[in-house]
Amino acid sequence: MAAIYNLYIINKSGGLIFYKDYGSAGRTDTNDSLRVASLWHSMYAISQQLSPVSGCSGIELLQAHTFDLHCFQSRTGTEFFIVSEPGTQHMEGLLKHIYELYTDFVLKNPFYEMEMPIRCELFDINLTREIQKDHVA
Amino acid sequence: MQFFAGTEISPSLPAATASGNNGHMMYVFNRDGICLLYREWNRPLHTLNAQQDHKLMFGLLFSLKSLTAKMDPTSVEKGNLGVPQLPGQGCSFHSFRTNTYKLSFMESPSGIKLILITHPRTGDLRESLKYIYNLYVEYVVKNPPYTPRTPISNFLCMCELFNTALDQYVRSIS
Repeated sequence: MAAIYNLYIINKSGGLIFYKDYGSAGRTDTNDSLRVASLWHSMYAISQQLSPVSGCSGIELLQAHTFDLHCFQSRTGTEFFIVSEPGTQHMEGLLKHIYELYTDFVLKNPFYEMEMPIRCELFDINLTREIQKDHVA
Repeated sequence: MQFFAGTEISPSLPAATASGNNGHMMYVFNRDGICLLYREWNRPLHTLNAQQDHKLMFGLLFSLKSLTAKMDPTSVEKGNLGVPQLPGQGCSFHSFRTNTYKLSFMESPSGIKLILITHPRTGDLRESLKYIYNLYVEYVVKNPPYTPRTPISNFLCMCELFNTALDQYVRSIS
């Protein structure tokens, strides 16, 4: 079964608003995940500048030796990215589902402040269910 | 990560399928960030001037390598972000894809970085990059007049064989 290692959600200024670890080796502390998120946000922007043709929207898939990183950016600039095992299929579909969960359980929550870290229990529950539906960590 | 593990020292020509214009650009950097070679076959959009473009590309790769080493979910001991990684140390990425291009990357054990930018639907180019590295070693490095750590551009006029072999090979990558 394909494994998902973790999920990051970044707001449009590059700050990390959600991070969930589903089974990576070793502990990532909060500061490290914040740094990784902002670094990714900048790399995503720089990759658009280096495109040989116009209309580039940023990195969709990064393939490394031990993991794949799938990224999805919404029209409003919020970025969702997933670190998974190499060769995992259907991550784009999963990212779109996660985006729907985000709009339903986070954005429609009247107590949620925009661009702030996400602390919505229903979002966590549904997210875990969605991730474990087809993928075992 | 073994570099040439399982293959002979001179990799054979990977199966070439399509013909046509799939290669956009190619960069070769050395360990210190000097751009040894920049070839352009098809690049409609130039955002920055050449110097800044090379620096930006090198910076992007340096940071992405640092990022992937840090993000590696299978290793327990991860270094700190921003610490320069030795070639082969830590997990390194081999390609990334956007909606308009695909960038394939390879680093040799001596720190020579090869970057090939192609059409987004290109397959895995790791073997192709090894072949190109081999072309570089055979036709450029082993050429006596060549001084290491200098850009190849002023030397290219003496490397007819390298130019033709490279152009021919890139044109054949699907």
